Amino acid sequence: MSRAAIVVAAVACAACGRMPVLDPGGPQAARIATYWWIVFWLSALILAAVVAFLLHTLAHRRVAAAPASLVEDTRVERRLALGVAAAVGLTALTLVVLLVTSVATGRALRSFGGTDPLTLEVTGYQWWWDVEYWDPVPSQRVRTANEIHIPVGRPVLVKTRSLDVIHSFWVLVLQADRAGTFIGRCAEFCGVQHAHMQLLVIADQPEVFDAWLQAQRRSAVVPTDAFARHGFDLFMTGPCALCHTVLGTPAGGRRGPDLTHLASRRTLAAGTLPNTVGHLAGWIIDPQAQKPGAQMPGNAFGADDLSALLAFLGGLS
Amino acid sequence: MSRVAALACVMLALVACEREHRRFSEVAPASGRPTHVTPQPSPNPAEGNAWAIAQGKQLYEAYNCNGCHANGGGGMGPALMDATWLYGSEPQDVYTSIVEGRPNGMPAFGGRIPDVQVWQLVAYVRSMSGQTRFDVRPARSDHMRVKESEQARRPERPVTAAPSGRP
Repeated sequence: MSRAAIVVAAVACAACGRMPVLDPGGPQAARIATYWWIVFWLSALILAAVVAFLLHTLAHRRVAAAPASLVEDTRVERRLALGVAAAVGLTALTLVVLLVTSVATGRALRSFGGTDPLTLEVTGYQWWWDVEYWDPVPSQRVRTANEIHIPVGRPVLVKTRSLDVIHSFWVLVLQADRAGTFIGRCAEFCGVQHAHMQLLVIADQPEVFDAWLQAQRRSAVVPTDAFARHGFDLFMTGPCALCHTVLGTPAGGRRGPDLTHLASRRTLAAGTLPNTVGHLAGWIIDPQAQKPGAQMPGNAFGADDLSALLAFLGGLS
Repeated sequence: MSRVAALACVMLALVACEREHRRFSEVAPASGRPTHVTPQPSPNPAEGNAWAIAQGKQLYEAYNCNGCHANGGGGMGPALMDATWLYGSEPQDVYTSIVEGRPNGMPAFGGRIPDVQVWQLVAYVRSMSGQTRFDVRPARSDHMRVKESEQARRPERPVTAAPSGRP
């Protein structure tokens, strides 16, 4: 019975925390959750039956007398054979039921998508996500990182790929039933910072989402303020521009996340840090202290240069 | 039993070897504002390290070296895996080529690429022609096979070791 208690405790733990796997926010996740509950209750039923049978036999155990003869008792033999056959049949039936439900769940997941899905191309890197909102017109495509905004009620088609090692894109919501913020993460061990490879899924009402998408299409403007302009120059002539893109400027590197709308994002370094000025400053100076092994190298900017750079980056909303 | 113990000891010794040692928090003097370039003394810290060379191989594409030098065969820029070393084959020479640039189109990356990454690139470029130890050279590519691996290449003996520095 203690095993059942552990299972219940594990389920309780799974349901709490920041990634509630049993609290689906969309139809696909709901199908998976339903399947999970079927497996859970079936297993619980079987466990209960086995434990009950064991307890029953323990309570009614008989001291075996020495066999009267070595000749088999055909009546006992037949009864035992029937019992074993029934158990085998029940086991096979259970497995068939699980197989059929599993296949049905898989088919149902595959058939989602609808006629007009929002198409995203998600590329996994060590250790962050590049996200491109696909559009037949290239100038209308939007690139962002570690944060996905989706409209409520519209199916989302995610095309995944990786440019280094194997990653696994795990998000519990791919068509949101309700507005809210959900967490996704990499589900395939991909190196030292695998645990810090998260992304946020932010489901909004369609009009809010459209406004967001429209805002993301805008290029950055060169700051007019002299201080921020100095930061801009540092960005373009220093090491930043070699890896990062800021649309509307000469910076076009693709090694690191697109920073065109950095200030509009909620987290830094794939969910490692909240996006505040202080964290950003620490991240630029010494990323290896925050996320050892990350591909971003440290940058020895002086205090004035760093402040100017932060002023420029803070304007990238 | 003693054979198993000996084997375990050998494995343990291999685990402790420097080949895969990863130093993440290296101070990067060449990053930040470009000041003046001070060529570092040989030997290259990345030279004997398989991980550092693998990083160099990733950076080779990330910084678009392959845009001109292709996968080592050259294109707009000279080939890196042939036996000609226009500006010398020593780590120091390759470092200077990357940091200071060279005439006829090689841009200067000093102040843009951190020093530690330059050294990783240097080690990788040298591994293309077998100038680094065999066991630390990359054994395969992540891409479609377009050339043999660095490990499969026979070390070449540089003949045209020009004096380092600008001509």
